[in-house]
Amino acid sequence: MMTDKPACTASELLAVMSARLLNDGQIVFAGVGIPLLAVTLAQRLHAPSLTIMFEGGVIGPFIEPGKLPPSTNEQRCTRKANMVLPITDVLLLLQRGYIDIGFMGGAQIDRYGNLNSSFIGDPDKPKIRLPGTGGGNDISSLANMIVAMKHEKRRFVAEVDFVTSPGFLTGGTSRIDAGLVTGGMFRVVTDLALIGFDSESRQMSVLALHEGVTREQVLDNTGFDLAFDDTLAVTAPPSSDELAVLRELDPEQLYTA
Amino acid sequence: MTDPLQVKPYLDLRAETQARDRGLKEKVMSLEEAAALVCDGDHVAIGGSTISRTPMAMIWALIRQGRRKLIASRSIMSHEGDLLLASGVSSHVVTSWFSQGIVWGVSKVMRLHVESGKARFDEWSHMSMGLRYRAGAMGIPFMPTRSMMGSGVGERTRSETHEMTCPFSGDQLVLLPALNPDVAIIHVQRADAYGNAQIDGLQFMDIDIAMAATKVILTTERLIDNAQIRRTPDRTRIPFFTVDAVVEVPFGCAPHECYGTYEPFFDQMDDYAKQVSADPEQGAANYLKEYFYDTATWQDYLEKFGIAAMLDASRRGRSIYDD
Repeated sequence: MMTDKPACTASELLAVMSARLLNDGQIVFAGVGIPLLAVTLAQRLHAPSLTIMFEGGVIGPFIEPGKLPPSTNEQRCTRKANMVLPITDVLLLLQRGYIDIGFMGGAQIDRYGNLNSSFIGDPDKPKIRLPGTGGGNDISSLANMIVAMKHEKRRFVAEVDFVTSPGFLTGGTSRIDAGLVTGGMFRVVTDLALIGFDSESRQMSVLALHEGVTREQVLDNTGFDLAFDDTLAVTAPPSSDELAVLRELDPEQLYTA
Repeated sequence: MTDPLQVKPYLDLRAETQARDRGLKEKVMSLEEAAALVCDGDHVAIGGSTISRTPMAMIWALIRQGRRKLIASRSIMSHEGDLLLASGVSSHVVTSWFSQGIVWGVSKVMRLHVESGKARFDEWSHMSMGLRYRAGAMGIPFMPTRSMMGSGVGERTRSETHEMTCPFSGDQLVLLPALNPDVAIIHVQRADAYGNAQIDGLQFMDIDIAMAATKVILTTERLIDNAQIRRTPDRTRIPFFTVDAVVEVPFGCAPHECYGTYEPFFDQMDDYAKQVSADPEQGAANYLKEYFYDTATWQDYLEKFGIAAMLDASRRGRSIYDD
């Protein structure tokens, strides 16, 4: 079959699909890895006045191609920034309400969008101790969230072993009842699909499949009975423009291998 | 003995502060003399974050002096946390995230110590760590926040926090207990002999931990004259009267970065990760022997990295000022 669809890695697909969700003028709190790439990509392509925030204490940097920072706390994160400030103060901007979107990756997620990056197994006797929340708990407690992650059965579970970063907790009004009166999951972007959350039950619902992906494929890679939206769409594949800019940003494939 | 993580009675905090020598006096000393100010069992707050402005030389000295039972707190811990656990200096860390860095995966040294129960890892959200230090810096016993509610992180720290309904708004809030570390160890780009410190670039939580702590040990890339400080007092971030020791240590964060001076030594960080991933116990022991126990001076330590690595890290570090 003839096709001009450029081949891309799963990580590149995540970055491109996530970037499309970001709008010009937004203030986006981003983690390293795919989130950082995606916001930078959006900034270069369609959202020039989008502002990136890093929890290391950076307002509005401009990331240099080929010099991606390995964490949000290094000098590379401050390139052409508008301001640097202490960590606590940049995180407090979430609480004050200046941030439109929090954007991060995830190790494990459940049907309500709760994220676990702390423990695999019983937290008192963990099989694996993961690094923990960092700013993840603060960002997801206080902002609308986009999460980008690989779609795998072991990552998409009915119930996370531990709620490091709160989604909609146990669904319905449970998030608000717990005192988290703002924010919550907006979208989950995977290498198979684009996922939203039902406005009542607060459970995941697939909004769109990526080109060539079937419902069965999504269900086979999900650890619970994931719903599909009535108006299930198909996303447009990454364009050569999108991929070209992305590859210029990360020529060594630090994040997109 | 009182628990150093408990909220300190206000009058005790005031009395400790009053008892400190707050005069404009010289405090320059050696790494070894400064490390001796840290006592076994102290809560030590570590400046910087992840692999940035880590006071590595002070950690090197503490490990070499065989300090024990330190409670180590930091905004985010990287491989200095591994080394504190592996050396037996600490078996209790308080932080929001603990691993070498995202690009190196999950720290096997942290996993080994925490999963086996040998070490305790208290996980707080990043902002909560910051607000706890800030409450300590402000001389108040707690800080309210809208974060951490409803989560496992909030649940596991509940024995140390309180929930509250705001008397003004009726909002649900969590009250975070203040941290007043026994010692803060902080590395800066410039300081004078009195302890006036200037920090370039990212400040992390360093100003709050300096203000909150009972003792502050500064290491500095350059020791500068007080007259230079007075020319740009707006750039001074830590005032002299909070500081108890000043040590001049060039490349004092290696192999981590020091803003505008050197970037991380990436190859060396890769080598460390490879070594401890292959065998977290023996790998860390070998690394500690080679870089910490078998190096008599900080210069010996730096020579392990080699001049080529130092030049490369410096060139990258200073490049921030190129355009």
